[in-house]
Amino acid sequence: MVGIIGYGAYIPKYRIKLEEIAKVWGKNPQEVISSLGVAEKSVAGIDEDAVTMAVEAGQTALRMGGVSPSKIGSILVGSETHPYAVNPSSTIIGETLACGNNYLACDLEFACKAATTGIWLTTGLIESQKIDYGLVIGSDCAQAKPHDVLEYTAGSAATAFILGNKKNEVMAEILDFATFSSDTPDFWRRDGIRYPAHAGRFTGKPGYFAHVIGAAKKLFQKSGTEPSDFDYCVFHMPNGKFPKRVAKILGFSFSQLESSLIVEKIGNPYSASSLLGLCQVLDQAQPEAKIFFVSYGSGAGADGFIFQTTKNLMKKRRLAKKVAEFIKNKSYLSYAQYLKIRRKI
Amino acid sequence: MQIAVLSGATTKFGELWEQSPRSLAQEVVSQAIEQAGIEKKETQALFVGNMLAGILGGQENIGAFFADELGLEVPAVRIEGACASGGLAVHQAVLSLLTGKYQTVLILGIEKMTDYKPEEVAQALMAAGSDEERKAGLTFPGLYALMAQAHMEKYGTTEEEMAAVAVKNHFHACLNEKAQFKKEITIDDVLKSAKVADPLKLLDCSPISDGATAIILSSKFKVQSSRDKPVFIAASAVATDTLALADREDLISLKATKKAARKAYQMAGLGPEDIDLAEVHDCFTIAEIMAMEDLGFFEKGKAGQAILKGETKIGGKGPIINSSGGLKAGGHPVGATGVKQIVEVFNQLSGQAGKRQVKGAKIGLAHNVAGSGALAVVHILSNL
Repeated sequence: MVGIIGYGAYIPKYRIKLEEIAKVWGKNPQEVISSLGVAEKSVAGIDEDAVTMAVEAGQTALRMGGVSPSKIGSILVGSETHPYAVNPSSTIIGETLACGNNYLACDLEFACKAATTGIWLTTGLIESQKIDYGLVIGSDCAQAKPHDVLEYTAGSAATAFILGNKKNEVMAEILDFATFSSDTPDFWRRDGIRYPAHAGRFTGKPGYFAHVIGAAKKLFQKSGTEPSDFDYCVFHMPNGKFPKRVAKILGFSFSQLESSLIVEKIGNPYSASSLLGLCQVLDQAQPEAKIFFVSYGSGAGADGFIFQTTKNLMKKRRLAKKVAEFIKNKSYLSYAQYLKIRRKI
Repeated sequence: MQIAVLSGATTKFGELWEQSPRSLAQEVVSQAIEQAGIEKKETQALFVGNMLAGILGGQENIGAFFADELGLEVPAVRIEGACASGGLAVHQAVLSLLTGKYQTVLILGIEKMTDYKPEEVAQALMAAGSDEERKAGLTFPGLYALMAQAHMEKYGTTEEEMAAVAVKNHFHACLNEKAQFKKEITIDDVLKSAKVADPLKLLDCSPISDGATAIILSSKFKVQSSRDKPVFIAASAVATDTLALADREDLISLKATKKAARKAYQMAGLGPEDIDLAEVHDCFTIAEIMAMEDLGFFEKGKAGQAILKGETKIGGKGPIINSSGGLKAGGHPVGATGVKQIVEVFNQLSGQAGKRQVKGAKIGLAHNVAGSGALAVVHILSNL
């Protein structure tokens, strides 16, 4: 059995309210908030980036996993805001976490689903007995051009997962997997360009919905399951509306989805979005809970997983700060402060 | 010479991301040919109404482009007249038949807009505006907002009256399978929607859309049976005005509409009181109010109240306006719009409008406007 043996989340303490951004651009704040289903978003501090946040989450995951960092056989880091274009985030993180030198380090990029692809790759390495433990990180300090609609939602956060296969260590087993990919350019950033571009409403139906539903249906079919078999469902959260709509289309109830919804208070921390939702579900779930999970990455693809929690979850998760605590611990910024600490001015 | 509309077909209007201009054209032209009961080779010329294929798609020469795609080795021309490209294409086709050179012609109105970013589309549409107004940063919502303000000031027209246009047209669109927005809305929804250019709000504005429409006109037709109700083009008229809004005599009416309507009524030997239904150019709700007045259906300043009372809604005392949902709710693929208006009037007059059939409709009008009123096309169709 391969599964999660430790997880960690990190959300920076700064927030900006959508109302604050909307006022600057002469928009009606209530309209923006209700159309996006997001009230505020997390903002990384002036000395934070995808790597520093990844280290924070990684430390927590290692502590919960109870594994010596030197036993980590692979570090896969999914992000679209790696601080360097050339020079891996994974080695900086590995060095800081004292993982020694015999780990496979690799940075992954696939918009918001890079890290979930890392979970699948790591599962393969463990199942084929190439490594015993692997660290997968999803961390983003999401960038948005001022006045672009993305500015309202692009947030910052990190998640880290240690995967392993020892029954006494696994807290959430990976029962099944399905993926769905196509060449659908709904959101992109060319080399050397500071901010991503997107194709507006095209990111919805042919992007998010086609791929999330495609992966979900394949996963139902492959595993012989249906929505009522699950205690929880988790989806990528580019805004507050899409995960609710896709859950409804697939036949899940709001109560199955509710525990994972971090987007209203955090926004969309890209690679960490769906995984932060998963962390929040793991913070609350009982043993033997079944979780249906689908990420989404523009470009485009979706990775679906079925997780099942074990009794190890209850004891281990006490070792980490809950997602809800990170969400509560916050300090608001003005728009000018936001521009300053994100180095836009 | 009598010119009959043999057939009319339209695609669904909306965000047609799965379809290319080629597939849209194939879809409507094959339907139009089939409905007309003719062979494709019987069409002697192709008139294409389109505004943005060059500026957005990089494809000029689209007369030949669509003739090639449709397998038609016939004279083919593209007609561009901003948002009235479709109406102008019909006008040119009518003129070509009147010369006697052709007897049966195909008109295709087509536009692909939603594959591009809204700012690119807004900029491309401003190619229909005047240099000075474009450089000053005006866009069409801004230009029509200025007209709305003038109309409100002069006649006391209210935001509720403008909202009633959108409410009615959304109601009609719910009865039209091909409409972009099949969703009923309320006056309150319109009033509470996001401001675009004061006093126009989001739900006062027509959308950008993809879509294609085709009709076949012929001066050589046979009435198959006594039950057949041929629909004729009774008038086709075009008029122009200044390109810039700043150069207009006033901002409370479109002179091009008035002039084209006057010519069309004269040509048909009819007056506004004879019109049972009309498809008018409601690119913004204020535009429908102004059209009602400029086409002579209501006195200046009286249309808003009549619309609010439901007189122009299906079931009202008439004339019934924009039974298709208009541009507002039916969708506005600019080059296709003027042709789609003819299709709607044709369907109504030939009793093929289904759930939105206006009972006993005999005479219908189509009104298509370019830019902020620089050009207007008016067609009158009759089944008498």
